[in-house]
Amino acid sequence: MNKEQVELLQKLRALEFTAIDLNLFLDTHPECQEALHDYNRIVKELADVRCAYEAKFGPTLNFGLSESKMGWRWIDGPWPWQAGY
Amino acid sequence: MWIYEKKLEYPVRVCRPNPRLAKDVITQYGGPDGELSASLRYLTQRYTMPTNQAIATLTDIGTEELAHMEIVAALVYQLVKDAPLHQIIEAGLDGYFSDHDRAVFWVNSEGVPWTAAYVQSKGDPIADLHEDMAAEEKARATYENLINLSDDPDVTDVLRFLRAREVVHFQRFGETLMRVQDYLQCKKVY
Ligand SMILES: [Fe+2]
Repeated sequence: MNKEQVELLQKLRALEFTAIDLNLFLDTHPECQEALHDYNRIVKELADVRCAYEAKFGPTLNFGLSESKMGWRWIDGPWPWQAGY
Repeated sequence: MWIYEKKLEYPVRVCRPNPRLAKDVITQYGGPDGELSASLRYLTQRYTMPTNQAIATLTDIGTEELAHMEIVAALVYQLVKDAPLHQIIEAGLDGYFSDHDRAVFWVNSEGVPWTAAYVQSKGDPIADLHEDMAAEEKARATYENLINLSDDPDVTDVLRFLRAREVVHFQRFGETLMRVQDYLQCKKVY
């Protein structure tokens, strides 16, 4: 995994972590407009970063949620538990 | 339905083999207060929750716990992957090695396999949510013990992340318990 891939993946990871945490918060504070606004903003940013990552390094999601434009790249390693992911 | 995402929620990069530490950490994979117990407990209790809000919380936290199980598996995998046999024996992992080689399996630090007896699904939302809050505190305490046992800063960093998540989950379950209690109270009044 090269430096660019590691950096883009880290960006994706950071945005998605924010989404996870906001999601759990909204589950118990559904009336909080500020959190809702932040969540919807993160969803857009996350989609952009995912698009950029997948265009270069292949799908991140299975079962129809990611396109695989240059061949079937879902089967490419490294897998997440292998070092450097 | 679940979708797999080809990434860890938090990155795991272990530089040197350490079967002694793997033996400690594995309890959060298949031990009583580990991530398998957590994910399966929440994902099965959700069917009989009385409110949509509680179902959402159990679904989402249960799903995040599956991701934590993957993080713990990655730790164990990387800690034993290149460990020489003599290190495995010195760590007291030779019994584990006999049955599983360097594969990842659901046991606690003493080799006791995971059992459904670790968890409960009571059908009583108040009882279940109290169990969930206790489970988060027990997981937090276990991660603190593991942080004290760790001699590898890369592993400690991951354990700290997981510990912090248990604190957040405890908070969300507490809020859910209050909401469910309010709901049951209202139902009694009308
Ligand atoms: Fe948790």
